[in-house]
Amino acid sequence: MKLRIWAALALLGAAIAGGAAFAAAPEPYAPTPELIDAAKKEGKVVWYTSTDVAVSEKLAALFEAQYPGIKVQVERAGAERVFQRINQEYGSAIHNVDVIETSDAVNFVIFKRQGWLLPAVPQDVAKYWPEQTKDADGQFAAYRAHLSVIGYNTRLVKAEDAPKSHTDLLDPKWRGRIVKAHPGYSGTIVTDTYALSQTLGWSYFEKLGQQKIMQVQSATEPPKKLAVGERPIMADGNEYNIFTLKEAGGPVEAVYASDGTPIVIGNAAILKEAPHPAAAKLLYAFMFTKEAQQSNSDAGGLRSFHPGVKEKETRVPLSKIKLLYSDPAKLEAAVEELKKKYEEYFGT
Amino acid sequence: MVSLSADRLSQRREGVDPSGAIFAVISVSLAILVLLPLFWLTYYSLSGPQGQFTFANFWTLFTDPTLRRPFVISIGMALGVGALSCIIATPLAWLVARTDMPGRSLIRALVTASFVTPPFLGAIAWEILAAPNSGIINQIYRSIFDLPPYETLVDIYTLEGLIFAISCYTFPLVFTLVANAFERVPGDLEDASAILGGTQAATLRRITWPLVLPAMIAGALIAILQALTMFGSPAILALPAGFHVITTKIWSLFQFPPKPGLAAAAAFPLLAITIVLLWAQSRILGRRGYAVIGGKSGPPRLTRLGGWRWAGFGFAVLVLSLTVILPYGALLKTAFTKSVSEPMSWSNLTLHNFRFVFFEFSATQLAMRNTFVLGFAAATVVTTIALAVAYLASRKSIRGAWALGYLATIPIAIPGIVLGVGLFLSYSTAPFMLYGTLWILLIAFVTIEMPAAYQQLSTALTGMNPELEEASRILGATRTDTLRRITAPILRTSVIATWCLVFIGTIRELSATILLTTANTKIVSVIIYDLNESGDLGAISVLGIVLLAVCFAVVFLANRLPGGGSRLTAAR
Repeated sequence: MKLRIWAALALLGAAIAGGAAFAAAPEPYAPTPELIDAAKKEGKVVWYTSTDVAVSEKLAALFEAQYPGIKVQVERAGAERVFQRINQEYGSAIHNVDVIETSDAVNFVIFKRQGWLLPAVPQDVAKYWPEQTKDADGQFAAYRAHLSVIGYNTRLVKAEDAPKSHTDLLDPKWRGRIVKAHPGYSGTIVTDTYALSQTLGWSYFEKLGQQKIMQVQSATEPPKKLAVGERPIMADGNEYNIFTLKEAGGPVEAVYASDGTPIVIGNAAILKEAPHPAAAKLLYAFMFTKEAQQSNSDAGGLRSFHPGVKEKETRVPLSKIKLLYSDPAKLEAAVEELKKKYEEYFGT
Repeated sequence: MVSLSADRLSQRREGVDPSGAIFAVISVSLAILVLLPLFWLTYYSLSGPQGQFTFANFWTLFTDPTLRRPFVISIGMALGVGALSCIIATPLAWLVARTDMPGRSLIRALVTASFVTPPFLGAIAWEILAAPNSGIINQIYRSIFDLPPYETLVDIYTLEGLIFAISCYTFPLVFTLVANAFERVPGDLEDASAILGGTQAATLRRITWPLVLPAMIAGALIAILQALTMFGSPAILALPAGFHVITTKIWSLFQFPPKPGLAAAAAFPLLAITIVLLWAQSRILGRRGYAVIGGKSGPPRLTRLGGWRWAGFGFAVLVLSLTVILPYGALLKTAFTKSVSEPMSWSNLTLHNFRFVFFEFSATQLAMRNTFVLGFAAATVVTTIALAVAYLASRKSIRGAWALGYLATIPIAIPGIVLGVGLFLSYSTAPFMLYGTLWILLIAFVTIEMPAAYQQLSTALTGMNPELEEASRILGATRTDTLRRITAPILRTSVIATWCLVFIGTIRELSATILLTTANTKIVSVIIYDLNESGDLGAISVLGIVLLAVCFAVVFLANRLPGGGSRLTAAR
């Protein structure tokens, strides 16, 4: 089932590996008693993340339960905001962050080039993660994947009336009815916008810009706006928030568009200048364990690269979805133009 | 003359008077506070990517439509806020100050409550109330008239909605000035008009109104200024509607890849407009003196409204419902329910949001601590400096002391977001590396709050007769002793009021703070803003309620202190 992702991710892996002359990943590591002791002495680990705050706090709580005495400070914002923050902080030689994780794969291409990342390969990553989902030099790995989907409120829209493709969103009947997140804030939406502009062309966004959309920032927010009935349709947003809201009884449903659904890879890494190096390694290893990944899937609705993770029956497996992949190397070159065009079509 | 000779006497006796040293220290620190950010703003605005001298940033500012448009919208929005604030505040001020409407003092207290409310929190509350589909007001409207989905009574995500949401929290500024003006209108002038046969309406139109008008215009200018420089409310309400105002645009220029030069350039028109508005305001208020010429006047007469009393009361209740009661209710409901859009019911009731904020959300504790540390520190530092400056400037015991007053007032012309940009540019690189510490935030708060604190304390000092202090000096007390034993106790009320004012101002601040915090130096207003960007309204409501509770507790305690800050209602 996951073969299709792997195949397409070969593209991603190749692009990443292409930059490095020597693929030199360090030996895999597992938490040792010494590492745990050292981490407990540090007492704290700072994690910058772009995963929904409830989902990331859940993982932090799991970690704290497993390693009492080490507090996780979760700093949650959109990928683009996290990226801006770390750049501002590093620009001023402020090294607050231990572990970083965002939904914009381009971020990690840049971090690696700047030499900010510490090569470290947790045992689980070495053992279970497909080659294409981890950096050849062991500097980062795919902590999660998720989709940016179309969605609708099931109380306001009947399943048969719901849009089936992105081009369906351009129907005049959805004018003023659509909520959408912003690529200036969300890495998910950067990836989504790039993938769709490649498949459907920029004219799709130009027309969508005429639909009087409600513009929110985070890709976590459109599902929340759907659930409260603020808008009946979302043009893009996190599949995982749709899962969690739906499983909590919210009237929301995802649409896997006939013209394709963008997949978003969320990488994670340890910073070289981490102020809590031992705790950083411990958290980083923990993030890829089966336990953590299973919890991300069950409680957070995230997709996992750990082959041992079992998805809930109710979730549509990735193998049945037409996925759109983005190549981070190409996306990096396109991103400034993308944000400019977006402002032109959507006003902000 | 007495004070002069007393000065000489004391100097001769103890050698040095500390006021000279204090004067030097304060003037240098104030100059650094104000001038350093302005210097870096100018420098960056005139620098290209390689640091070369260029006008390119200003050229882009005037030619790029995505930068020009926000200016136009901002000005339209600010004028709208000015007008609406007057329309709400002026009748209310008249009702409270000059009629026998019931419940006047309670209404005054509730207007203070809308002053204490952080505008960004009000904007979020209004999202909950007036979002077109999930908004509580629209839901009630649909259910009363049995309307289909998407029928909308009000839509907060529009320019009009934004103007309304800002006005809810700027109208107290106009209200305070106008209510004071109404109270100061000399009763005998109005009596004279009545005796000469003028009807009540004619007296109001020809005597009272001209005397109150300057206060209203001055208030409107302040409201306009607030709206123009506000970041939180537009970021919350304008971005979903798909437009930028100038503050949100400046902020977006810091997104990656950051364009600090352009942001610095964009700050200058805002700075210029602010200075013009403040100049206009001081001209208008400065002419107020003609109002009361000669003699002591009787207190103003209250107008008997008869049956209209209750109509007036209804109007006041309507205003306060829109600005305080409904928004607070919306926050409370959201804090205690599972879903914003569901009606209140036992099955929907939950403490989940409280559990999340206090036990699961790891940012809460740190942000609360930072907020209170900064609030206390800023309030104490600002009150101390402002008191010293006001004292030195009003007692004119040192040559050039008047200049200190000006220095302390300059920051009023620097909008929060502009100061944020300036401070970031000043203190995020060597030699003054303060970004990432609470110090940069303390500097921001001290700078922002200094003018209001100085004005408050200097008004209090000017109203105090120097003879008391001179008596103390003649009897042999030093200047410091006199300050401690004579001046300070008399000023106590004003000092406490000022301290509260700064504390609350610090807690409300977002425009400058948003650019200056890091993960370890977040404060509550910033995490509320972060949570809003991901749509976590339940957690926001809980944090907002805590913030409001603290503000009201501070006001309450200050009022309970012996000789406490009863004048807080009239603040700013």
